[in-house]
Amino acid sequence: MKGATIGINGITKSFGSFEALKGVSLDIREGEFFSLLGPSGCGKTTLLRIIGGFEEPGGGSVEIDGRDVLPLPPNMRFANTVFQNYALFPHLTVYENVAFPLRLKKTKRKSLDELVMHYLRLVELEAHAEKMPSMLSGGQKQRVAIARALINQPSVLLLDEPLSALDAKLRHHMLMELDSIHDRVGITFIYVTHDQAEALSVSDRIAVMNHGKVLQVGTPRDIYESPSTSFVAQFIGEMNMIAGVMESENGRWYVADSEGMGRVAVADPKGFRVGDRVTLTIRPERLRISPRGRPTPGADANAFEGEVDESIYSGFLSKYYVRLASGKVLRVFRQHDEQGAGEEIAWNDKVRVSWNPRDAFIIGEEAEG
Amino acid sequence: MSGELRKGRKGRLNYGTIYTLPIVVWFTVFFLVPLLVIVLFSFLEADIDGGVLPRFTAAAFAGLWKPRILKLFVNTVWVSLASTALTIAMALPCAYYMARSRNKTLLLILVIVPFWTNFIIRIFAWKSILEANGVVNSALVGLGLVANPLQLEHNWIAVIVINVYTYLTYAILPLFSTIEKFDFTLLEAARDLGATKMQAIFRVLLPNVRAGIVTAVFFTFIPLLGSFVVQQLIGTKDMYMLGNEINDNIYKYFDWPTAYALAVVLMLLANAGLLFVMRSDRRQAKVQAARRVDDPDGLSPDQSGRKAGASGTMVALGAGAGGAE
Repeated sequence: MKGATIGINGITKSFGSFEALKGVSLDIREGEFFSLLGPSGCGKTTLLRIIGGFEEPGGGSVEIDGRDVLPLPPNMRFANTVFQNYALFPHLTVYENVAFPLRLKKTKRKSLDELVMHYLRLVELEAHAEKMPSMLSGGQKQRVAIARALINQPSVLLLDEPLSALDAKLRHHMLMELDSIHDRVGITFIYVTHDQAEALSVSDRIAVMNHGKVLQVGTPRDIYESPSTSFVAQFIGEMNMIAGVMESENGRWYVADSEGMGRVAVADPKGFRVGDRVTLTIRPERLRISPRGRPTPGADANAFEGEVDESIYSGFLSKYYVRLASGKVLRVFRQHDEQGAGEEIAWNDKVRVSWNPRDAFIIGEEAEG
Repeated sequence: MSGELRKGRKGRLNYGTIYTLPIVVWFTVFFLVPLLVIVLFSFLEADIDGGVLPRFTAAAFAGLWKPRILKLFVNTVWVSLASTALTIAMALPCAYYMARSRNKTLLLILVIVPFWTNFIIRIFAWKSILEANGVVNSALVGLGLVANPLQLEHNWIAVIVINVYTYLTYAILPLFSTIEKFDFTLLEAARDLGATKMQAIFRVLLPNVRAGIVTAVFFTFIPLLGSFVVQQLIGTKDMYMLGNEINDNIYKYFDWPTAYALAVVLMLLANAGLLFVMRSDRRQAKVQAARRVDDPDGLSPDQSGRKAGASGTMVALGAGAGGAE
């Protein structure tokens, strides 16, 4: 099997007066594990259904390997779908569910049997071939749905929140399994999810969507570490955001007027100019926290004093909400490693919060949309 | 529907069993007893002016073995089969549309509205549509499309059309309630996997709404077996069915045993179809039970098909016992 490239150009779609997609364009590469990530109602599922042929767009085009597929019905496209609720045929056994596409093509019995067993082995269900879907667990059903979608040897597999019905542990396991299936079959996966952790852990690239638009496309690292809009910044993980105005002095850059925090040093102005209104973003785990009066490990270019408003112990890390003198609250995550072992920080403690300017990124203030 | 009271775990009475008592009594008195009377009377001798004489004989059954009755038998079977097939063929797309519509309640009411009028009145309405100076002919003649009124009554087509009209609702309702519960993403999945629209319907929709189809067939075919009013009012004597013969034996010939013997024949006929369906259901259940052996925790398979069979039994017995009309 070979993956396909998918070109999506200016797709629009409205349901009544609701604009589900406002001109979406994406280029998905051959064999890529590509995620569409966004909150519910952002248009990601609609886009997937348009690619699969279950919805007609208002405008734009969808090309699979350079061929316009919009005029084709779903059964003629080179894409197969893993549905959110699995959509297994309840009247057929696991074997017959997987064999369904081959029966339609009137595949010869011997090669049909070989193919079905091959794909059942791929998802480790060969022992359950004769069961009815109602006898399977959620994870098993999911695997049947995947085998059934792969047996036509599509060049694109469309996955519509395939793990949302599973419990957390199983979800993680299935995600790893999906990743390994992707590696083995080598076709293009388009994966729709609202779960940023899922998207970050398996995707080659992610498109973050909101309100019918694509806000950012990039690798998980790009998306997480340098979000291009405040929506992306807040949707993916937790983020501290500090609004201010760009300033420059002696070749160094600062964000000034920053919510009562004075001047905050910035490593990379990212093309913004003096006077531009911007938002400085920094991940909570990039902030360092230490009891006041002690030296903070690492660079001290940006350091602020405050008081712990709240401290939450959550296993391998602790989360602190630190209120600065200006009233601004910063979220700080501290991992429980040897470094911080001796210094317990608790509620109401006076602390110092600092970070290396290279760990903070600037986004335009009205970058949203 | 056993009448015995089972004791619950802590020696308490199982109230569920008590709640079923009224219907057990009702069915025994008003259904089972008349049924036994019918079978009993069919083996007695006819009294000259109706009623029966207390002398056992199989004469009534022997008397059925003549060409005239055989022809009625053939009429009954083919008209019922043809009407049922047409009814189901029309009810399926209709029920499908209703189940997917946003105005389900409105459509349901529209389907049920004809029931607000008496059945006989509705047949006469059909008469006024089809007769020589009826609505259709007046329109055709008025528009100059035909010179003389067409003969629209008194033929097989008219009988079957009205049969279909009569039983369409009975077929639509069970089909609607089954299709409404059908998961329509299964159709998308079928299309996605390479099925055409028709393949998706025949390979995925129909097998999954089988229980509804079986119920619809019972609700249509079995009452049709005992029907007689449409033939009498719209058809001709040539189109008479067993139901007409029962009616005539009671009211014209005063030959009760023959009427009852015919009723028994109808009942057997209705139950033959029923047994056939129930046997194929049982075969399915067996296959599923065999599968379940590997997996004792498995959920029990869908038994709605068998439920449909059970409701069909009621209708079948009812049809035989009195004729549906």
